[in-house]
Amino acid sequence: MIRVVLPPNLRALAHVDGEISVDTTQPTAGSVIDAIEERYPMLRGTIRDHYTQRRRSYVRFFACERDLSHEPLDAQLPDAVTSGSEPLLIVGAIAGG
Amino acid sequence: MSSVRVLVGTRKGAFILSSDGKRDAWRVDGPHFPGWEIYHVKGSPADPNRIYASQTSSWFGQVMQRSDDGGQTWQTVGNEFAYDGVPGTHQWYDGTPKPWEFKRVWHLEPSLTDPDTVYAGIEDAALFKSTDGGTTWRELSALRTHSTGSSWQPGAGGMCLHTVILDPSNPQRIYTAISAAGAFRSDDAGETWKPINRGLRSQYIPDEDAEVGHCVHRIAMHPSRPQTLFMQKHWDVMRSDDSGDSWREISGNLPTDFGFPIDVHAHEPETVYVVPITSDSHHFPPDGKLRVYRSRSGGNEWEPLTNGLPQENCYVNVLRDAMATDRLDECGIYFGTTGGAVYVSPDGGDTWKAIVHDLPAVLSVEVQTLP
Repeated sequence: MIRVVLPPNLRALAHVDGEISVDTTQPTAGSVIDAIEERYPMLRGTIRDHYTQRRRSYVRFFACERDLSHEPLDAQLPDAVTSGSEPLLIVGAIAGG
Repeated sequence: MSSVRVLVGTRKGAFILSSDGKRDAWRVDGPHFPGWEIYHVKGSPADPNRIYASQTSSWFGQVMQRSDDGGQTWQTVGNEFAYDGVPGTHQWYDGTPKPWEFKRVWHLEPSLTDPDTVYAGIEDAALFKSTDGGTTWRELSALRTHSTGSSWQPGAGGMCLHTVILDPSNPQRIYTAISAAGAFRSDDAGETWKPINRGLRSQYIPDEDAEVGHCVHRIAMHPSRPQTLFMQKHWDVMRSDDSGDSWREISGNLPTDFGFPIDVHAHEPETVYVVPITSDSHHFPPDGKLRVYRSRSGGNEWEPLTNGLPQENCYVNVLRDAMATDRLDECGIYFGTTGGAVYVSPDGGDTWKAIVHDLPAVLSVEVQTLP
């Protein structure tokens, strides 16, 4: 199980409080998003674009005090995330508003 | 006794304002979808409990919402708006070509007869249709792929399809308007389209009476006279009596003919309302006075309506989708401001009162008249 912290707006959209946990087929960010979209279909298109399948430009991925936003979506997540000791943080970029 | 339900979209959520037919005491519900931009909320004429909402965010993209109980509960529906085929390019602000790219849904127009059918006007400009209650969306692509499409350009708010009007006398006829391309009409339910901009003049394009390129801000129609259209353009208030085939200016004695919304009285098809704004760079009312102007002669002669509206130090705007009318015997007029106020006039514009003062900036106002 991989622990994920969603930004508040997406937690409200998915009707969840706090962290979520998802089972993934691969230990990658792309697989985490697949699992999130499968379990919470209302989040489809909100983290990565429907058509380009790229991370939305105002969405960032952090974990273990590192910025993973520019890692390929098929790159392996840090061991601490795949082991469940650290969450993957999906964060709305600081952009005013 | 009849009642009204006002559906308000704002920069940070949706609000539902309810009152009985007196329109004096109001209940305010919301925010729904707090923190999200709600570009438009509109109910089905065929089933007032069916309401559609466009929920959008620069961070998280487009979400679509549907309520089947008059806005008490909501469910997310489909948010995939895929252009038909490989989209080409339109003009960017500097005149260079730019590929079409979906950004958001500006306007929702439910069918007049089927609660599951709804049209969506989007940015970058295109028209989509759902026949399954918003679950799936299909582009009516003949509009975007019109031979003039590559020359369309965005207005300041983006290249948005912001107006969809369904002709109640002819189910095959649809009107749309795009900033800054102009007005278009289909007479075959969206299979083909023609620009309907003859008579418009715009000094911000190389040929001021070109077939397309006009920044139409809003079009309104009275259902009893579907061949007559009223238009608020980037500058100029216009009228057509031949279903858009030709237009003539009716700005008359308005203090300025720049503005965004335009609407028609529910029972008087020659009574029209606009909110003059100083200019394209000064998006606030002239002299700091918020005045709705009413024409009872179908244009040219306009009277200011001020009773109950702020008449000093008011520098808000009223956006294109932020005015509506109810259908009660004494027609109510509603509008919302970028300052977060929603005003109602229960007497056709003679007197006004703020329903709420301090919502987030108002993007859209629609009214449902309930039995």
